[in-house]
Amino acid sequence: MNLWQEYKRPASISEAIQALTSATGSVMPIAGGTDLLLDLKQGRHAPVHTLIDLTFVTEMKALELRGDELYIGAAVAVNRVATDPLVGTHAQALVEAANLIAGPQVRNTATIGGNVAHALPAADGTIALTALNAQAEVASPTGTRRVPFTSLFAGPGKSSLNKSEEIIAGFYLPLTKKGQASCFKRIMRPQGVALPILNCAVWLEREGEIVKDIHIAVGPGGPIPFRATEAEDTLRGQSFNEETFARTLEALLGQAKFRTSARRASADYRKHIVGGLFSDVFEAAWARAE
Amino acid sequence: MNNQISFTVNGTKHTLESVAGETLSTLLRQRLQLTGTKIGCEEAECGACTVLVDGEPMMSCVYPAERADGKTIVTIEGLAQRVHEEMKLHPLQEAFVEQGAVQCGFCIPGQIMTAYALLKRNPNPTSEDVRFALKDTLCRCGGYPSIENAILAAAQALRTGEAVQKPTHIPDSIHEHKTVGHSHLRPEAVEKVTGKAIYTDDLTFDGMLFAKARRAMIPHGFLTKLDVSKAKALPGVVAVLTAEDIPGEHNHGLVIYDWPSIVGIGERVRYVGDSIAIVAAETQDIADQASALIEAEFDLQPVITNAVQARQDGVPQIHEKGNLLKHIKVRKGDMEKGFASADVVFEHTFHTPATDHAFIEPECSIGVPLADGRMEIYVGSQIPYQDKTQVARALGWNEDRVRIVGQLMGGGFGGKEDIMGQIHVALLANVTQRPVKLLFDRHESLLVHPKRHATQIRVKMGAMKNGRLVAVDTELYGDTGAYASLGEKVMTRATTHAAGPYDVENVRADCYAMYTNNPPAGAFRGFGVTQSAFAVESMMDMLAEKLGVDRIDLRRMNALHVGSITNTGQELKESVGLLECIDRVDAEMRKHNSDPFTPVVVPSSPTLPPEGKGVSSPFGRGQGEGHLIRAWGFASAYKNTGLGGGAPDKSGADVELYEDGTFQVRSSAAELGQGLVTVMRLIVSEEMAVAPEKVRVLVMDTDLTPNGGPTTASRQTFVTGNASRYAAKTLRDEVTATMAEKYDVKPEQIRFEDGVVHVNGHSMTWAEIYKEMKAAGQNPLVRYEYEAPKTKPLGEGGDMHFAFSFGVQAAEVEVNKLTGEVRVLKVISANDVGMAVNPLGLQGQIEGGVMMGLGNALTEEFLVDNGNVVTDHLARYRVPGIMLTPEITSIVVEHPVAAGPYGAKGVGEVCSIPTTPAITNAIYNAVGVRIDKTPVDQELIANEIWERENK
Repeated sequence: MNLWQEYKRPASISEAIQALTSATGSVMPIAGGTDLLLDLKQGRHAPVHTLIDLTFVTEMKALELRGDELYIGAAVAVNRVATDPLVGTHAQALVEAANLIAGPQVRNTATIGGNVAHALPAADGTIALTALNAQAEVASPTGTRRVPFTSLFAGPGKSSLNKSEEIIAGFYLPLTKKGQASCFKRIMRPQGVALPILNCAVWLEREGEIVKDIHIAVGPGGPIPFRATEAEDTLRGQSFNEETFARTLEALLGQAKFRTSARRASADYRKHIVGGLFSDVFEAAWARAE
Repeated sequence: MNNQISFTVNGTKHTLESVAGETLSTLLRQRLQLTGTKIGCEEAECGACTVLVDGEPMMSCVYPAERADGKTIVTIEGLAQRVHEEMKLHPLQEAFVEQGAVQCGFCIPGQIMTAYALLKRNPNPTSEDVRFALKDTLCRCGGYPSIENAILAAAQALRTGEAVQKPTHIPDSIHEHKTVGHSHLRPEAVEKVTGKAIYTDDLTFDGMLFAKARRAMIPHGFLTKLDVSKAKALPGVVAVLTAEDIPGEHNHGLVIYDWPSIVGIGERVRYVGDSIAIVAAETQDIADQASALIEAEFDLQPVITNAVQARQDGVPQIHEKGNLLKHIKVRKGDMEKGFASADVVFEHTFHTPATDHAFIEPECSIGVPLADGRMEIYVGSQIPYQDKTQVARALGWNEDRVRIVGQLMGGGFGGKEDIMGQIHVALLANVTQRPVKLLFDRHESLLVHPKRHATQIRVKMGAMKNGRLVAVDTELYGDTGAYASLGEKVMTRATTHAAGPYDVENVRADCYAMYTNNPPAGAFRGFGVTQSAFAVESMMDMLAEKLGVDRIDLRRMNALHVGSITNTGQELKESVGLLECIDRVDAEMRKHNSDPFTPVVVPSSPTLPPEGKGVSSPFGRGQGEGHLIRAWGFASAYKNTGLGGGAPDKSGADVELYEDGTFQVRSSAAELGQGLVTVMRLIVSEEMAVAPEKVRVLVMDTDLTPNGGPTTASRQTFVTGNASRYAAKTLRDEVTATMAEKYDVKPEQIRFEDGVVHVNGHSMTWAEIYKEMKAAGQNPLVRYEYEAPKTKPLGEGGDMHFAFSFGVQAAEVEVNKLTGEVRVLKVISANDVGMAVNPLGLQGQIEGGVMMGLGNALTEEFLVDNGNVVTDHLARYRVPGIMLTPEITSIVVEHPVAAGPYGAKGVGEVCSIPTTPAITNAIYNAVGVRIDKTPVDQELIANEIWERENK
């Protein structure tokens, strides 16, 4: 059974939106396609008549500084995100996450936009972008607009975009200034589906021994990518020590909604290991911010 | 609406019409006939399909062909360069050959292409770089250390312009011979590194149809209604067959004919993979659609989900004779007396899951009807002659009308012994009188073929204070699934080996091999002993701890030795190298750590070990109290060579001298990547005193090669090795006799040396010998049927097996106390193989054995939920990749067995068996958590530590 009937290769965002809105029958944008094609093949996604390949859209493959922000087009391959020096300078957490998404060959095809578009609450790239306080650029027939990153998600596997006419075009990230740094790590299990048991990204700003500002993202910590804002509030303005760590962890555990994933991890296990994961990520970012 | 796509492949421009739904791999393989790009899973998991697109490695199975427009593609066929008239291998290809990195060869194009991209980007990679780049390019033969060495050697050659380095770490056999015992390259390695090697799915025939079997997809029930009319009506469908269309025997099976080729109306479906109809159509797509259009109704029955439940009273009986396939008994000594005399008696129960062979090449069969009324089946099969029998019986034909043309196999490991598509394509080809191909996708492969038996094993052990074992009582349950396959044999091996490689006076073992509604279980490298060794080797460490005895001394004290009586009453008269294996592993381990079983805290370790590159944390919480704990673990094992148990164990081989002075050796023994073809070549080369290159090998063709028996039970080096050897020897004797008579010299004056024959002072080439033989009316061809020493059935005492191999392994693990994560850092593996016929090939077997054992311990679990397969894609069934590969040190121990070729016995299985208990014992030594269920569950480790420390 053919995975698709028609395949379009628009060269610009407006062509892509045009193709999306004018297609007859079922239609899906495809970026890397490393997940989508398997979902189609294995029957997890309803059959699609038309695929719109976004990897020929030049604007969506941009990776550049724009003013005081870093722009990463949604169709940029994960491996390019992992190796580009600009990302290395301004978004270390994203580099680390990108280096752990799937395997090397898949990273050459898979895109950062695709990682986000699947709306999984523990997608590595998504968690890194959450902590990095990214904004998303959304394209629609009326043009492009910026939205806060976490507003892209409606639930596990559910995007808040109107799929019949909107696509994620790219991401804007604030540049890293002196005293700021980020880090991403995750915990896996060697059996079963290669989804993290738990992942965590931290962005922080350091002033001497004080945590001037911090963003903490943990996945899966809820139905959508989780920002541990209460933990952030607890630690902001404090020094990191046993006591503040304990309070931060308590706040994180209080706010996060850890659940049991069959054959992957129990909620208790996640609660048990999140402190170690967070402290490792924090400390790595802290050391980098010196 | 079709677009045109233009792209360059290996320097040639192509412009083609696009085809809806086509992936790049399909385009390359089917439209450009570039079949070097392999399909292992079609889910971007295995990496076999890797090609370069604009210089970057991509998985072509999830790459839409239309995206290739305007791009430049390089495949494995594009690496070797034509220099004048000769193809010159790329240094990577050369290094893979030289370093022994090629085994079954199926993953090799993907490995090489991925490595090629790495070296383009990074000409001087570290081991870490290589591992990072090859993370998702799976090799089920487990040759990762050799693959890594090959890439590093190629990188060096490319940088320096010097020749590719050969491996330097592989010693020759201690038994001195001219050819055997020294490292030699595989004859088929060059084909495998250039993409020219042909596997079944690479073949096409004119007018070939494509088949699909409709699977029941219910675990248990009666087929009450079947409607194939819609499938038949679909344009492009040529045949739809049901059980009624089977002209001959409806069932197949390796021992018991209990497995229906197609389940008929009113008949019982016993597992999700049972077929209820088969389709042949003009394209695969149409066949798939037609299969989906078949309508079936079932009267669902309660599902038997495990072996213990299957034996309970009042449960549904799956087969006519009940759920019990076999109650297997081992009896030795007096259990009551034994336990009464023991100072310590304890028992524990262990569980192991089903696991899948996950050979990278899925099953494929092609049936080709011939004009003379015969049928050819092209298939990668471990037992070609049994395929022939089973296909003939299904067709209701005489066996001589069926020819199995065995193909290269992309791994087998026991999983290609049973009938998969062979009968289906024969039935369809017979009805349509056209060639028919049936290729399993990974999903179907996981659903249908027999697995490793899931087991429950309770061991009760009694010992004296000093550690001497006096009684071992074992109760085993083996889940043989819906059909017998080799279940009885496998569980017999699990049972007879259940007390470990130890000399124990009183032994009892009872095994219940039970039918259930899970996928069938059958042969899988280790053949039941993998499971029982995990149980008994865990018990040995538990006993050592209870008694305060050193765990290695405990094994030494009880080890089988020459003169021991095995649990089945066999006196071991020779070739018992267990103690040497124990001593040498012990010594090697203590080079790393003089106190190997005491936990070592990795100082200042971060909470989490680095997973990717450059992600390590500079310091950890609570410095000096790291979470990472290391320790070693130790385990021993033994495994029979050969079928044993009274089964006649025969193999035939032909050796023929050709006009040009070359030889061919032929047997239908199977080459599945293990290196048998090389072994046969070396043996004939040794016997005829010619260079290995003068010997060609033909295997697996039932018209052209004599029956080599099944490729199972680590038997082929022994039996087909011997058949080849004696055939060659007989040919040599015939030449001697002919020459002696012709030149009137004593036979002793005829010598075979350095590729020539010395007759009374002057030397003759083999081409001349050929002429002389012909002139004397002698056909220089010998067929030899070798029969291994007779064995006795279980229960009769005496020799149940003609040889045993021994293996000992030590593993160093690192356990994260907080998360429970386990990493295996080092494995030392000593194996008594009798004699190493090809040390280079042996190295590959041993590395691969460790990797398969490591997968068994840490990553692999074939999950079935109420009869429905959960792990039905490779993404859900993980086999270890290069990132999990420990440093593997191989020690070859060679206590020869008199009847073996040059003293050799089997190694394929024993090198994989001790790995799991060595790892789980190491985990216990590191953090005090006893693993009694595989695979290791890190959450369980974390919880136990957590509970203990917070008491």
